[in-house]
Amino acid sequence: MKELAGIPASRGIGIGPIFQFVRKELIIEERSNIQPEEELKRLKTAISTAKEQIDSIYEKALKESSDADAEIFQAHRMILEDPELLAGVENKIKNQDKSAELAMQETGQSFSDIMAAMSDEYFAARATDILDVRNRVLRILLGIAESPTTAMNEPSVIAADDLTPSDTVLLDKTLVIGFCTSRGSATSHTAILARGLGIPAVAGVGDEVLSQKNGTQVILDGTKGTAIFAPGKELINEYHQRIKAANSIHEEAMKYAEEPARTKDGKRVEVVANIGNVEGAKSAVKNGAEGVGLLRTEFLYLERKKLPTEEEQFQVYKDILDVFGDMPVILRTLDVGGDKEIPYMGLEAESNSFLGQRALRLCLARPDIFKPQLRAALRASAGYNLKIMFPMVATASEVRAARKVLDECSAELEEEGVQMAAEIEIGIMVEIPSAALVADQLAKEVDFFSIGTNDLSQYTMAADRTNPKVAELSDAFFPAVLRLVREVIRAAHKEGKWVGMCGELAGEPLALPILLGLELDEFSMNPPMIPLAKQIIRNLDTRDMKEIADQALELESPADIQAFIKEKIPFIAEITG
Amino acid sequence: MKELKIVVNNKVGLHARPASLFVQAATKFKSDINVSCQDSETKEDRKANAKSILGILTLGVFQGMEITIEAEGEDEDAAVDTLVALVENDFGEK
Repeated sequence: MKELAGIPASRGIGIGPIFQFVRKELIIEERSNIQPEEELKRLKTAISTAKEQIDSIYEKALKESSDADAEIFQAHRMILEDPELLAGVENKIKNQDKSAELAMQETGQSFSDIMAAMSDEYFAARATDILDVRNRVLRILLGIAESPTTAMNEPSVIAADDLTPSDTVLLDKTLVIGFCTSRGSATSHTAILARGLGIPAVAGVGDEVLSQKNGTQVILDGTKGTAIFAPGKELINEYHQRIKAANSIHEEAMKYAEEPARTKDGKRVEVVANIGNVEGAKSAVKNGAEGVGLLRTEFLYLERKKLPTEEEQFQVYKDILDVFGDMPVILRTLDVGGDKEIPYMGLEAESNSFLGQRALRLCLARPDIFKPQLRAALRASAGYNLKIMFPMVATASEVRAARKVLDECSAELEEEGVQMAAEIEIGIMVEIPSAALVADQLAKEVDFFSIGTNDLSQYTMAADRTNPKVAELSDAFFPAVLRLVREVIRAAHKEGKWVGMCGELAGEPLALPILLGLELDEFSMNPPMIPLAKQIIRNLDTRDMKEIADQALELESPADIQAFIKEKIPFIAEITG
Repeated sequence: MKELKIVVNNKVGLHARPASLFVQAATKFKSDINVSCQDSETKEDRKANAKSILGILTLGVFQGMEITIEAEGEDEDAAVDTLVALVENDFGEK
């Protein structure tokens, strides 16, 4: 038995034999007696075969993968038809008496080198594309089979250094149990593919995986990030049990997705969705969301040349509200700053945009941006259950300033005779430590709070969550963050206000017991997480969770807290691995 | 022969999707079509075949650079007009 540790790249457990994905080396020998006419003919045939292959892969990718994957093969087709590339190859055959293989290899290499030298990520990707296309033509000329996996005839765990789009699109996905790569990361192509297929993947386990023999049994744990080779019978049985338990929970979760979440002791918990556009709204309903805890509005402002008009926003908000009927929808006003590229807003680059004039700070300084959004939201509210929420609040005076602008807008609309909902709840995101610390004061100014744990963690821990060197510190499971959450909920409840959470923590299986124990009122998460979260809540008793939460918050680290929850509530350990 | 100068204003210049749209449009014409521009550092003129994606990409045309599109052949007028219009409209992004 041999265990290798790597990066968890796609959740789940897979058990099966290893299949080594080995690319055949393309060995090209110099030949004498070259007949240029003959070589040109071979080249022409090989290129037309390559075109057919690429076209059929393109069709396959369109059906099975994303549009972005399919686009890669459209680019391959253009490279293959490129007049400069073809002229280069033909020139080497005609004037230098080179074989079709050698001419193709050299010309492809030199174009790829030019691209690679342009020190830009985009060109580096094109350099790989050129080599990918070149190697396809070379394989045809040399008569080498296209995909090494044609030899794979039983469901297997694929071992490889890392896979390219050309490699993975040809895989028979019904035979792939999981991926275990020696290199790569959680964001590499293989990892993204695995998550899309919903199969486990572990990346970056090192070269040792490549020396495992074909057929060796492996337990791949994509949640933990480990691969166990040649495990004992008992261990395999144990993992089979875990797969079975996890599957039955997931199945049950899907079956009851649309039912409300009621804890064992009968407490009804609101589970709602985080969405950012109309498609998200539909996915939310499909997954059993009971409303929207966070409607991000940034999508209306990005990738365009001017501000969205009030009318345009009104239409979009109305379309989304319409999907939810009388269910609550919390609209968060614009949350952008200097890190976003929105040329028409004329935002100045700031040395630290996460501590800069962003979100509500920006909106208060720019009524030309803020007022049309508030007017559009108020207009859309007529006949629906809309709530409005301001992001990035640090002080009570900011809340009062924002409410003043909102009151102005609603007075204007009233004067214009426009219909609005009679009552609209107003809330704020609690995502800055200062807001959490004066939550008692802020609670007097609003109807509700929604805790944004992603930003609350990075501001509390002073760790940029996009910086891989410190991202580990930006974890909402640190007791410092959880204790702030506890104080925020207590302060709000004292004022008779309700508290939701729309950060990633709210959908995290291991956090649900703690948050229930802290008496969080509303859980908002990405739509696909809703069925499982509801099912977990149904299996918990809030009376026990209070004790568990208090004990968890006395521990020191995320790892301690997670291990403690797994120990106390074994069925969650089964799901999370 | 027909030639026209135009400034490329879209965000990524003649790269990525715009480059591929440009080449696809050029390929529809029978004329020989070339694109040239001045290297921003060496001030030398560089030229590429408008029907070659590799040629266009390695030309390195970024936002704000002026390019010359020249065509020679039976449909040279239509070719230059079509390509200039494509650049003017920011490759349909406007």
